[in-house]
Amino acid sequence: MSLTLEQVQRIAHLARIEVSESEARTTQGQLNGIFQLIEQMQAVDTRGVEPMAHAQDVSQRLREDRVTESDRREAYQAVAPETEASLYLVPKVIE
Amino acid sequence: MAQWEVVIGIETHAQLSTASKIFSGAAIAFGAAPNTQACAVDLALPGVLPVLNRGAVECAIRFGLAVGAEVAPKSVFARKNYFYPDLPKGYQISQFELPVVVGGGVVIQVGQGDKAYQKAIRLTRAHLEEDAGKSLHEDFHGKTGIDLNRAGTPLLEIVSEPDMRSSDEAVAYARALHSLVRWIGICDGNMQEGSFRCDANVSVRRLGDEKLGTRREIKNLNSFRFLKEAIDYEVRWQIETLEDGGTIQQATVLFDPDSGETRTMRTKEDAHDYRYFPDPDLLPLVISGEWVERVKAGLPELPAQKRERFTADLGLSDYDATTLTANQETAAYYEAAVAAAGKPNAKTCANWVMVDLAARLNKEGRDLADSPVSAQQLAGLVVRIADGTISNAIGKKVFEALWNGEGVSADEIIEKQGLKQITDSSAIEPLVDQVLAANAQNVAEFRAGKEKAFNALVGQVMKAAKGKANPQQVNELLRKKLQG
Repeated sequence: MSLTLEQVQRIAHLARIEVSESEARTTQGQLNGIFQLIEQMQAVDTRGVEPMAHAQDVSQRLREDRVTESDRREAYQAVAPETEASLYLVPKVIE
Repeated sequence: MAQWEVVIGIETHAQLSTASKIFSGAAIAFGAAPNTQACAVDLALPGVLPVLNRGAVECAIRFGLAVGAEVAPKSVFARKNYFYPDLPKGYQISQFELPVVVGGGVVIQVGQGDKAYQKAIRLTRAHLEEDAGKSLHEDFHGKTGIDLNRAGTPLLEIVSEPDMRSSDEAVAYARALHSLVRWIGICDGNMQEGSFRCDANVSVRRLGDEKLGTRREIKNLNSFRFLKEAIDYEVRWQIETLEDGGTIQQATVLFDPDSGETRTMRTKEDAHDYRYFPDPDLLPLVISGEWVERVKAGLPELPAQKRERFTADLGLSDYDATTLTANQETAAYYEAAVAAAGKPNAKTCANWVMVDLAARLNKEGRDLADSPVSAQQLAGLVVRIADGTISNAIGKKVFEALWNGEGVSADEIIEKQGLKQITDSSAIEPLVDQVLAANAQNVAEFRAGKEKAFNALVGQVMKAAKGKANPQQVNELLRKKLQG
């Protein structure tokens, strides 16, 4: 399996990374190199092996359902680029 | 014209009734001042890590048990990637390949009275995920305002199989689910506040076709009425489009309640590509059988179990039992009435709750919770009808009086207003004689074989007795006198 240039550009777009055509070509080569490694791994017979969800064989620690955070809006908004009426302001987005 | 079959599947987002968020210790109270309940984790500040809320997991277990599903011993959280300013991380933590609840189903009742039927709707899955924040598009100097209080609120997304075949079935399903999540205490069901919202996947196909038609998804329906209106509009539109020789494109649409129409939000070409992958910040969620058993032991009697008990123990019909278990308030009211009136009066209690009380509440747009007539008062009334103190017709009068607060009990009203049924023949007889003397024409008609004339005479006697005479006795006395 290998990626086309269009696929590389689409992935870049989805990740909101601007790439020039030459960068896209370089990246395409690098990504396809990684795909070759994956292909090697896929050649291994994994029938009967449970897919791994995490590198460590431990399970999720849970916390009790309690409110432990207090209101620190002022501190958080002090470092925000722009706020108004207690809201964080961002460039206009209407989907 | 070809016959069309409608196919509907529903995805529901139920906000879980926890105290804190799914991955942080921030509060989730509704209506708090903007951003006062958004902590470092919810804001996705650098270096923060999610820690899963045990309470949210327990809600999922409760739901799984309540719908007879499998509670997965091991499930996995995944990142759903997309960029939007009310999602500070750039991804939503959700579950994808291995959800916490698999399968299960709910039984719905559609229609009323003789036309009512029951149907089992299968569930595909239910998974835990976090909600996003809110974008406020009012003009902030050409910018958008972001409130992240809702970011990280725990949701259970419940996905049905495409088992519904009409908007009525879709609404019945949504109502059944709405009642169930409240019943087991995992969601407050407040639709106005967005605690319970539905997306409907709608397609149509020619009757008999195996293959499903192309579906369009109607997003974010937050009332049962909108759910029905949106589906009805969408179905009409799809059928018209196909009959005009057009094709349906897969799309996500929004329903506009003002125009009653759906409009396209995005088509398949610009559909999101979420690139799900397991979230490396979270380990697999392991739920032990012991935990599931513990949750099971703490569950209330479920609607299905109650329904079963109402038919088996109380002799109610399936229809009555389903109606009375449609929500916890109705079931509790009914059970309190039966407890006070006694099991032999269970069917009469059911009729009063489902017919007279329901109609009166409906007329005034009130909920059962603020019914002026308590279950105990209603039971007192039912008992007096059962033991013959009053007739059914007078019972309706007493009910009205209870509703208007004219007395604290049926007994008090019967006593105060002199409504006790007259069962003394010597008191009824003079009334019968009076009526016979004054209605010679009816008497003649009856003797000529007109049964209707007899009913008119009964009515006259009842009227003379101000409704208080025992109808059966009036019948007997009249017949005796007319034949004699």
